[in-house]
Amino acid sequence: MENGERAAWERRPTARVVPAARPRKVVKVPFVELVDGRLQGVVSSGSDIARVYVSAVEAGSHDVSCGTNNNRPCGGIRPGGCKHVEALVKEAVLQYGEERVARFLRVEPGEGELTARLRGGGINRDRPAAEVFSRFLRHLAYLEVPASTAPLPELRWFPATGAVR
Amino acid sequence: MVPGDGGGALMLGIQLERLLGAAPAGVAEALDAVDGFDRALVTGLGRPTPEQSAALAALAGRVAASPLGAVAAEAVEKIAAGSVSDERLAALAAARAALLGAVHDAQLAALDEALGREREECAEPGGGEPLGERLLDGARSWLREVALVGWRGLGDDSLRGLDQALTALWAEPAARRLAVLLDGLAGELRACLPLSTWERLPVRRWADLWANAVLLCQPGAAGAAEAAAGPTAQVSGRLLPLGAELHEHPTAVQLLVHALLERDGGQPALLVRVGVGAAKVETLTGPTLWRLLGGFPALLRALAERRALTVTGLPLLAGGELVWDESGVALDEPADPFVTARTQLAGALAPAVPPLRRHPVQLAEPVLLEGYRVRDGVLTLDGHRLPLDLEHLPSAGPLTPQLVKASTACLGLLCWEDGGWSLRPLGVRATARRQQVEAHTGDWTQGPTDPKAAKAEARWGDPVETLRERAGRLLRA
Ligand SMILES: [Zn+2]
Repeated sequence: MENGERAAWERRPTARVVPAARPRKVVKVPFVELVDGRLQGVVSSGSDIARVYVSAVEAGSHDVSCGTNNNRPCGGIRPGGCKHVEALVKEAVLQYGEERVARFLRVEPGEGELTARLRGGGINRDRPAAEVFSRFLRHLAYLEVPASTAPLPELRWFPATGAVR
Repeated sequence: MVPGDGGGALMLGIQLERLLGAAPAGVAEALDAVDGFDRALVTGLGRPTPEQSAALAALAGRVAASPLGAVAAEAVEKIAAGSVSDERLAALAAARAALLGAVHDAQLAALDEALGREREECAEPGGGEPLGERLLDGARSWLREVALVGWRGLGDDSLRGLDQALTALWAEPAARRLAVLLDGLAGELRACLPLSTWERLPVRRWADLWANAVLLCQPGAAGAAEAAAGPTAQVSGRLLPLGAELHEHPTAVQLLVHALLERDGGQPALLVRVGVGAAKVETLTGPTLWRLLGGFPALLRALAERRALTVTGLPLLAGGELVWDESGVALDEPADPFVTARTQLAGALAPAVPPLRRHPVQLAEPVLLEGYRVRDGVLTLDGHRLPLDLEHLPSAGPLTPQLVKASTACLGLLCWEDGGWSLRPLGVRATARRQQVEAHTGDWTQGPTDPKAAKAEARWGDPVETLRERAGRLLRA
């Protein structure tokens, strides 16, 4: 990038570094986040509406973990994932775009879907599901915050984007 | 000055020429001083280099003659000696805000002059109720840490430290502005981890957000701008929408409607804004956003159906915001925003800008343009070139760069950034496939009217409901 162009960008109050998330279906995977060097989230159980799985992939090593919200290990987990981990990665790509997820997980550039390009890695059995689950609950709590009619002038720094059809 | 003195509702080539030609004195120097401070914040003030100390001194020097001069100079001296405290950071944030405020005022004056727009005088700002000190502690300590280590030095740990403070802030309605601001900043920083690896950072933007948060942490600041504008605080009349802005970050959304208020009793129409907001999660975006604002059905319908509203006894704040209350409004006759702008915008009285809102990013003045050409993202009117802001067309509405390009009339906001003025479209009339079409940001508040977008939205189901259902089940489990 040209120096002048970069300087001009750095002086823009509305300059964004990463593109905004894109909408996706949330029934199967209600929660996805890239945090603490992990792609982690919550995946609905296909059979039991009251049960959810907490799944994660470590950046770099691509170690995976998966278990229920009551800390029971997932029966299908193996190095490289399970159907929950697979769903998690897929939805993360929908929400954040493949580039951002791949950069975060440090996946080598290559062909094919991101789920198939994760290194075999290992299984992280002692990852406590409790922490991810409590982050999910904290996340859901936003939907319980009452709407507001007081001015929020600081949101002028956050004009909505995304109209490319 | 006579309202509408500038020659009618339409923005004319001569007005654009006057606006683009205005070069208020001192703007470049003020922004250079701000820039120096912002760059110092990239690596932090924990161990200031001589270059950083010089940048801080230059900032303080620019406000030396103002009431802030002495505190700012002292803050710079102490920070250069390695002693950073909340008060000193607040002094620097205030000095920075004063400079940006001056830039804002100069540009707004140039705009009012060019358009012949009459503006209300700013009433004495009321002091707000101070937020609890303990509530602010977490935010202050995080802001101090940012100042010490700089953007490049932030890691997961420090962002996790902020989470707790944010939970407390979101729980307190009076702290909503600070919660929304800090959460937006934190979300962006988290998305950029590790911060040390990026070639370029949004230096001005993050410093803006940081400095605003520091100021909102000052006693009484958060509520000051919300104080009502004295005796005329309650208003009634007919509200005619001009256009809608949508603001969004991962955990917040705000619909901001620009409108003209025809007050009862034949006074000149007022240019006002109505803002309604909701908390959200990142997954909820695009046309789904409107579902989060379902508590404001009359406002949303008025936009989708392009109708006026009758308002009764709504509070009007000093900055021109009408505080929305669905119990005091009723849907009225159809009202075409283009007709509203054409017939009434020129004579309308614009609101004052409260002190804490004087920042160039807050310059967003509604105008109507016609008879222009669009090429390569630039609108040309009588030979005068005005760049179009096509980056900020929300995916929640039907406006696209293609429609703007094909447009023959545009209602938009004149915005100013370092590079100069630009136009952010809110609504257009265009010719598409030999047919006249009209598109406004708020057209889809009752659901997308475009078949393709409607299909996509149907595919996502109702994510708000799905998540609320999950929340209900799991939060109370
Ligand atoms: Zn599993």
